Amino acid sequence: MSSDEKNLIEILEEGHKVDIVKYIDYVSAPQAGAIATFSGTTRDMFEGKAVLELRYEAYVPMATRCLGSICTTARSTWDIHKIAVAHRLGPVPVGETSVFIAVSSVHRADGLDACKFMIDELKASVPIWKKEVYTNGEIWKENSEFMEKRLELAEKRDSLGKKHVVEEHKKSCCGNKVRVQEDEEHKDVAGKNNSSS
Amino acid sequence: MDTREQAEVTKIESDDISSVEIKVLLFARARELTGVPDLTLKMPSGSTTKKCMDELVIKFPRLEEVRGCVVLALNEEYTTDSAIVQHRDELAIIPPISGG
Repeated sequence: MSSDEKNLIEILEEGHKVDIVKYIDYVSAPQAGAIATFSGTTRDMFEGKAVLELRYEAYVPMATRCLGSICTTARSTWDIHKIAVAHRLGPVPVGETSVFIAVSSVHRADGLDACKFMIDELKASVPIWKKEVYTNGEIWKENSEFMEKRLELAEKRDSLGKKHVVEEHKKSCCGNKVRVQEDEEHKDVAGKNNSSS
Repeated sequence: MDTREQAEVTKIESDDISSVEIKVLLFARARELTGVPDLTLKMPSGSTTKKCMDELVIKFPRLEEVRGCVVLALNEEYTTDSAIVQHRDELAIIPPISGG
């Protein structure tokens, strides 16, 4: 079986919720002792402002391609069995899941590490955008992970480099300020993007 | 494509040298600033992606707002300012992303 057949990548049309059971079932296998998952959900607050919903859009063909590439890199770094990644488009109300990742592996360390890698890389490089909608306005969000990686993305790079990727990942883990377009700079505890994961 | 556009494309293909036509996709804030999700751009043969961006900003001055923070993608892959666009390439204007 080629690695493509072990990756399920879905960009879900507006209105389609994430069926996490489907993705967990997909990655399940007798030989996999571990299934690591990540679910990103819309939070209700950003900087004291009440968030009504997040609205997502994507450059779908390229996003799918990028996710495939991230899967390939994950496989070259960790010993994993199957991967499922789903991302919603359109409005995602508070409490609902916008992104879901499931990774199965024989041993849990590989799956857990690969799962973390995948969400970090998704936030750094996959062409998906979200708009945060408040009661009194809306703004496009910017992932700090992307802002750090921008220069690299604009230069051609080898996406299959195993060690190279692991080092990059560590660099981008350092806490950073989160950039919010049209807002003044602010600080976030873990340097992650705000109203979702 | 309507008949006139089709005729123009055919003409460009037979001319082969002087100009190229590319499809430009605009996302998120870039789309809001221009008011269009995509458009066709005719550029001199051998133009770089940077020159294409320059041309877009001339056509849509409001794009200047995001000029400094967008990255470009050519045929679904991130690209450099100096990449040369070919006929029928797809150039995407990618403001800072925020997936997940």
